[in-house]
Amino acid sequence: MNTTLRRALGATAALALGVPVLAACGSSDDKGSGESGGKTVTLVSHDSFVASEAVLKEFTERTGYTVKVLKSGDAGRAVNQAILSKSHPQGDVFFGVDNTLLSRALDKDLFAPYEAKGLDRVPQEFQADAGEHRVTPVDTGEICVNYDRAYFADHKLTPPQSFDDLVKPEYKNLLVTENSATSSPGLAFQLATIAQYGDDGWKDYWKKLKENGVEVVDGWEQAYNDRFSGSAAGKKAKGDRPLVVSYASSPPAEVLGVKPEPQEGPTGVATGTCFRQTEFAGLLKGARNTEGGKALIDFMLGRTFQEDMPLQMFVKPVSQDAKLPEVFTKYGAQIDKPGTLAPEKIAKNRDQWVKEWSSLVLK
Amino acid sequence: MAVPLAFFGVFFAYPVASIVSRGLKDGGSWQFARIGEVITDPRIGHVLWFTTWQAAASTALTLLLALPGAYVFARFDFPGKHLLRAVVTVPFVLPTVVVGSAFLALLGRGGLLDELWGVRLDTTVWAILLAHVFFNYAVVVRTVGGLWAQLDPRQEEAARVLGAGRLAAWRRVTLPALGPAVAAAALMVFLFTFTSFGVVQILGGPRYATLEVEIYQQTAQLLDLPTAAVLTLVQFAAVAALLGVHAWTVRRREATLKLVDAARTARRPQGAAQWALLASVLAVVALLVLVPLVVLVLRSLDGPHGYDLTYYRALASAGDNGGTFVVAPLAAIGNSLAYALAATAVAVVVGGLAAAALTRREGRLVRGFDALLMLPLGTSAVTVGFGFLIALDEPPLDLRTSWILVPLAQALVGVPFVVRTMLPVLRAVDVRLREAAAVLGASPLRAWREVDLPLVGRALAVAAGFAFAVSLGEFGATVFIARPDSPTLPVAVARLLGRPGALTYGQAMALSTILMLVCAAALLVLERVRTDRTGEF
Amino acid sequence: MLRLDEVTVRFGERTVLDAVDLSVAEHETVCVLGPSGSGKSTLLRVVAGLQRADAGRVLLAGKDQSAVPTHRRGVGLMFQDHQLFPQRDVAGNVAFGLRMRGTGRAESARRVAELLELVGLPGAQRRPVGALSGGEQQRVALARALAPEPRLLMLDEPLGQLDRSLRERLVVELRALFGRLGTTVLAVTHDQGEAFALADRVVVMRDGHIAQAGTPLEVWRRPASEFVARFLGFDNVVPATVRGECAETVWGRVPVPRGTPEGACRVLVRPAGVRIASVAEGLACDVVARTFRGDHVVVRLRPADGPELEAACALASAPGVGDRVGAVFGVDEVAVLP
Repeated sequence: MNTTLRRALGATAALALGVPVLAACGSSDDKGSGESGGKTVTLVSHDSFVASEAVLKEFTERTGYTVKVLKSGDAGRAVNQAILSKSHPQGDVFFGVDNTLLSRALDKDLFAPYEAKGLDRVPQEFQADAGEHRVTPVDTGEICVNYDRAYFADHKLTPPQSFDDLVKPEYKNLLVTENSATSSPGLAFQLATIAQYGDDGWKDYWKKLKENGVEVVDGWEQAYNDRFSGSAAGKKAKGDRPLVVSYASSPPAEVLGVKPEPQEGPTGVATGTCFRQTEFAGLLKGARNTEGGKALIDFMLGRTFQEDMPLQMFVKPVSQDAKLPEVFTKYGAQIDKPGTLAPEKIAKNRDQWVKEWSSLVLK
Repeated sequence: MAVPLAFFGVFFAYPVASIVSRGLKDGGSWQFARIGEVITDPRIGHVLWFTTWQAAASTALTLLLALPGAYVFARFDFPGKHLLRAVVTVPFVLPTVVVGSAFLALLGRGGLLDELWGVRLDTTVWAILLAHVFFNYAVVVRTVGGLWAQLDPRQEEAARVLGAGRLAAWRRVTLPALGPAVAAAALMVFLFTFTSFGVVQILGGPRYATLEVEIYQQTAQLLDLPTAAVLTLVQFAAVAALLGVHAWTVRRREATLKLVDAARTARRPQGAAQWALLASVLAVVALLVLVPLVVLVLRSLDGPHGYDLTYYRALASAGDNGGTFVVAPLAAIGNSLAYALAATAVAVVVGGLAAAALTRREGRLVRGFDALLMLPLGTSAVTVGFGFLIALDEPPLDLRTSWILVPLAQALVGVPFVVRTMLPVLRAVDVRLREAAAVLGASPLRAWREVDLPLVGRALAVAAGFAFAVSLGEFGATVFIARPDSPTLPVAVARLLGRPGALTYGQAMALSTILMLVCAAALLVLERVRTDRTGEF
Repeated sequence: MLRLDEVTVRFGERTVLDAVDLSVAEHETVCVLGPSGSGKSTLLRVVAGLQRADAGRVLLAGKDQSAVPTHRRGVGLMFQDHQLFPQRDVAGNVAFGLRMRGTGRAESARRVAELLELVGLPGAQRRPVGALSGGEQQRVALARALAPEPRLLMLDEPLGQLDRSLRERLVVELRALFGRLGTTVLAVTHDQGEAFALADRVVVMRDGHIAQAGTPLEVWRRPASEFVARFLGFDNVVPATVRGECAETVWGRVPVPRGTPEGACRVLVRPAGVRIASVAEGLACDVVARTFRGDHVVVRLRPADGPELEAACALASAPGVGDRVGAVFGVDEVAVLP
């Protein structure tokens, strides 16, 4: 056997045998710092959570705590994982439960009450659990229909603005949306129609939408990157749907980093088709580092973090003293009255609604 | 055998049993009635039927298209063969989101087929089947081709002399010898397509749902653990039945083979027929494998101002664009390689020991263990991920926040590859060679190292390459495991794709291209190790 | 050197070795002779430790080997089909056992050269084993088995696959070689010529039993049973009743050696003991076949009654097919079988 291979095999074996040892070391280290109420605070979140290095560093400088971030999957999955591991929470703070999932988390008694500093600067409309302060609103945003400006200009059509517009014949075969069962914007759009047309009316509306040629794909990525004609990705993929269910923040994101900056973004928002999504953070029950967790929640409501969020996660701050970056004010739309539904109502009906929607739209 | 057993017990059986029993147990009593309710649901029946037949059809189609490829790679010498063999493996590691999108460029509106013949296959089941061929082509080429290259061509010649036609000789001599490898490849392709998730979602659309999608929705979205538990059991039952059939067919075929050095069996194609075969295989590879890959690369280069390296530069310069930098790409490459190396090491050691144990021992128990090793391939990633979460949460095994879970989960998928690739070759090693070594004074371990290892070195390299590729591209388990913020390449790509914007999309394509290159490079290095191996012998 | 005490091996229902006792003295060459399926290869595997005995003991130099694994027994085994390691060249194969014993590189290179010289393949070190002819492979296998200087060398059908002239030459070479090296050898073969040429002592096996053991001459002269006789190629066997110095058979009276006990038995008349005479002189037979054997001719005779018999006769005096002759039996070539 030649020596290179032999050495490689030796190293492989050593590595493999060493792995359990390393793993054991790793986990005991974590606990060591956690149990002593020490210097690490663990934030559990979903895959979309991002914060700049500098901002997290500032937190450490201010409080002495280092943030360790654990991410897994999308929002729904992350919440469910937190619920499943309730008896031995993975961290101290959970961030990323939104109003469509909030009731489930609260019913499962996931969070310990804590009234964050700076909550007074957050408008009442975002404070879903104001009575008990088990969760703290951190960011907000809207799910809306986006449109491809070029398409409507070329076809001399006015872009749709409301739900009623979407079922008009001139917009036939133009909209692509996501599966409510598998996609969070898809679900939000369905909830928006429920908020608009009520418990009974929404089904009729979807029937009309279906007759008007709505296309349903499984995920936001396919809808926005492959099917939508207005996004940069969709153009490459030869997408042919000029209307897509996406975020109110998508148009500014679309021009981000594009040089030179265009006068107007390639996409716009149908402002009458929106549904509000607010994300909350909460102190996990059984947290090892309660004090650190509280400090982190305070920090998340603080101006530094609030102003960092928009460009990291494409969401809007909830705190009134946080300023939106220019790209948002310049290319974003002002949404005055987004649809909302009470979290309890969502929690109660969600599964049924999704089932009804699936049999109505997908069959 | 103790090590692989312990590994599977702790990191597979225990977590999965935990999540299933959590689902089926309500307040201390088992809710078996639930099983009946779910199984008799006609919708579930429909899902199960679709899952099974699409997997069977995908497997058949993959074998049909890839077996000639396996032959060509095993028996013909042509320029760029090593590179091409690495390239066909690349799809295997690419995140499905990326590939699905690229595949649309082939099959979808305005795609190649649409422009040439006006054929659109997206949202049809054909798109799913072809994408499965794309992903699994390498599985067949590598597992079957690996053995094929070592079969002595003279056996076939002997049959020819005895009056068998070319095809008859192949069917009666080579095919039976390849049987176990073909069966193993078919089994793996079936399991992969049986648990297919991304491909079905992206290319099939919401109308097509597999069991995997259903389990994902029930567990991750609806948190309906009882239903998910029943579905997991259904999945187990289906996979177990399949493994049973596989074990039954393979046991009757495995025989001691005469293996020769692969380098001696390959030669340049001769005659029009062989050149035509080579050409048609290359054409299939080009259409099915290369076109989607090329589309990806082109998209990564297609910047706002024509073809350039804008997106690659964007990857390299953080903060340049207002702090939208979500992933440090270099760090992601490093993470991916580190995880993949660790996972490969675990998979090779655990799988190697398992394969060695399976070669030496016979009996019902051993065959049961053999089947057990394959189960993770047929198990939903979300089941395993959530199982880890609730099972490994207490000392001494609180690994939930440790990085090690990621390579361990990846190794679960890698081990079956190692076992499947090595077992046919190990079983083909004449037992008397080991005896010869023993008589000459080699201890069993030494005999294994001196006799088996050199003979299976090639298979081991193939297996390690697979395990490496699998963990490099592994996405499911990685995202289902809560982990410290050290994203792998596929996770980073998915994260970029999950955000709007020309720049992020371009970066996602650029990162996918880098993933492709890293994978191809790693595989090429492995090919080198493999040809060097005869050095001293 | 080697002793087997009532060694028994069963494969399921079948008893392959049935309480076999056998011993091989130092420097002795013993050949186990038997038809295929008689258990002779299993015997070697038990001694090598490749096959566990269900009962009985194997002793090497007086020590029980049951707890000693193969690689520590210090025996050599040359496999029937050689089992050369395909991934190693000739030198790699021959040096294998030396490496296992930790012999230094230079020393083992020297030994390899020496052994290749000994087996008649000087300078073949770098040749791949796949490119060797059958005879060359055999020599390499032998060199490989000899290299670690085993205290007992076992050969399984050592010359099985070779052509006749090579085999005859190698038998002589091997015998000389073992004599020179003082090797203790246990060989198995189904070829009696090979066994008789090679061995100091021959052991004939049948169905897991030892049918006869002795020097080649003893076995040749006095086969212990009809089975042994027939296995040695002697077909002239008939039932007989001994009275005095003659045995009554269907072939008439056959003289038996002095002192043969009276009663029912079988007699063997070796072909050399069947003399062709005129019909009047002996048993009347028709010549039905005639086989040329180099220095003599074997004719097959059919008597009016009883089995056919063979007679060896000189080239010049051999009758032709269809002749009617008389057969006369000479006492020197008659053996009485139980």
